[in-house]
Amino acid sequence: MTHANTTHPPAVGRRDLMRLAAAGAGGALLARAAHATSASDAALIKAAKAEGALNTIALPPDWANYGVIISTFQKKYGISVHNAAPDDSSAQELQSIRSMRGQARGPDAVDVGPSFALIGASEGLFQPYKVATWDSIPVAMKEASGLWYGDYFGLISFGVNRSVAKTAPMSWADLRKPAYKGMVALNGSPLGAGAAFAAVMAASIANGGSLDDIVPGIQYFAELARLGNFNPTSATAASLVSGQTPVVVNWDYLNLAQAKKSKGMVQIDTIVPEGAKPYGAFYCQAISRFAPHPKAAQLWEEFLYSDQGQILFLEGFAHPVRFADMVKRGVISKKLMAELPPPAPYAEAAFASSAESKKAQAALAANWTKMVKA
Amino acid sequence: MNRGAARPGSAGLLARPGGALTLLFVWPFLLYVCAFLILPTLMLLATAFRGGHGATWHYVGELGQTQTLIAFRNSIELSAVSALAGLVIGGLAAYFVLRPGMPGGLRSLVTTFSAVAANFAGVPLAFAFIATLGSLGVITVWLKSIGVDLYATGFRLYSISGLVIVYAYFQVPLMIIVITPALQALRSEWREAAENLGASSADYWRHVGLPILLPSLLSAYILLFGNAFSAYATPYAISSGIVALVPVEISNVLSGNVMLSRQTGAALAFGMIIVMVVVMALYALISRRVARWSRR
Repeated sequence: MTHANTTHPPAVGRRDLMRLAAAGAGGALLARAAHATSASDAALIKAAKAEGALNTIALPPDWANYGVIISTFQKKYGISVHNAAPDDSSAQELQSIRSMRGQARGPDAVDVGPSFALIGASEGLFQPYKVATWDSIPVAMKEASGLWYGDYFGLISFGVNRSVAKTAPMSWADLRKPAYKGMVALNGSPLGAGAAFAAVMAASIANGGSLDDIVPGIQYFAELARLGNFNPTSATAASLVSGQTPVVVNWDYLNLAQAKKSKGMVQIDTIVPEGAKPYGAFYCQAISRFAPHPKAAQLWEEFLYSDQGQILFLEGFAHPVRFADMVKRGVISKKLMAELPPPAPYAEAAFASSAESKKAQAALAANWTKMVKA
Repeated sequence: MNRGAARPGSAGLLARPGGALTLLFVWPFLLYVCAFLILPTLMLLATAFRGGHGATWHYVGELGQTQTLIAFRNSIELSAVSALAGLVIGGLAAYFVLRPGMPGGLRSLVTTFSAVAANFAGVPLAFAFIATLGSLGVITVWLKSIGVDLYATGFRLYSISGLVIVYAYFQVPLMIIVITPALQALRSEWREAAENLGASSADYWRHVGLPILLPSLLSAYILLFGNAFSAYATPYAISSGIVALVPVEISNVLSGNVMLSRQTGAALAFGMIIVMVVVMALYALISRRVARWSRR
């Protein structure tokens, strides 16, 4: 999906992607020797350096810390990265693979939403590759043959402006309290904004619905509206910081980044609601089948999926796919962990499949404006 | 007031003196109209009526769905009411400012402010209202502190009536700008003549002032209607689409990140064109009646 609109990551996933299991790659340990291209593999580094360059596309420098990731990669390997069209969308990324095949400036690797990863794989736009750390990528977040693999994900959270909301709400039930009258906002219409759509999905899961049934989420927001707690204003960073929308249901990485940005000005808490399975969305890496620099692309993937690359994602508040594995091994610094919400919910997030998303969209289109009356 | 006076002669443009020159300067305009109005409209129609397997009524047929009908009703209601508010308030404001004896400074103050305010729209305008009259806005909170709970009275910024107030912010100034020249064209001699013949102020307006102004008022109304009908960013920022409006629905299916359907978007836009065509046809009908005398 789009990187251009930083508030709208996709809410679509793969049919069988139900959860991000902590020990995602259970039985794959035996196969470790089979995919043995390690990041320290001198031959790969040599081949990549011989190609001399890497073409990436649609990586905004302030999104998931890509700015720092790219400069670190360049410094580490001395391979220059050409990042085209930083604000392009997933659809445009696939289009440039198609239209620039055979050209030296075509993209080597892409970062796309899961539904676009599926399209790319079915059209044969990707080439398979398995990074050294393949086994610790949760099974649900990768294509078995290595055509695409999830890189980072986010969860639905409450961004709370603590100078207006004196106590932060900890659960979906808390949002019903009179203390939050006129405070609870989405980042737009759930029919148009990805995070708002995800918010209704998350509310549904917490209120007796499921990935397959978004209606309880619509009912929940209809109730918030009746109570006067739902504020239909489209929340923006400005309205959160200024306190016009003191409780914004949005992606955790956007709330966390906003909190960091407004430090010293206003305290913004990021709360992943308790008492329900959290709802999330992730992005995927894939190497173009027509990559002009295939070895550099492989090295890039090795770098992104190494502990170093994954921690760089986390420093941009995007939870890397290997998060659970790294928490278990204790490789994330205490200081960084302290900046993040508690890790437990990240191990049990639910992701909707394309079919579930489509069903939810139809239910939303038919019911949202009819049921939610402010 | 001189409709028809500019009707081109029967001879071709080129046959007239300066005709070639006229063409030289008109063709870029025609090209422009073609590139940015006619071609996109044709593309729009093509998209709305074409499915995966050739021509289809499917997407245009979808306009009959309840939620779509609600969006059209809301859009039309909001546009009609906010245009009326702009027409009445802006018209009266312009009239009183232009009255003889008003300080010239006031007039330039009002026109300058109008020129700025008429162009103040979109997200900044929405935020200005959210920060003042929103449920946690400065004015709302202040009123509450002196014992007036605005939202307990049923007022909602994110409702049709709330949006009318917001739209008035650009509708009224726009009305002042467009109606001022027509008001200035009302000659004081006409009024003096009417008064000499024994007309009261009400008589003058009923028989002279309003009939002369009516065509201008009508076209101003159409302009305001269209202005509100197409507004998108402001209502979206204020209501997140809780008040279903057609432009918001279009953006949901065209540039949203949740669903994507170019055809549905094109069908909705086609519906908007129909509404505007009907409104313009009504306008043409009425203005022909009311302006009949001016052609004599």
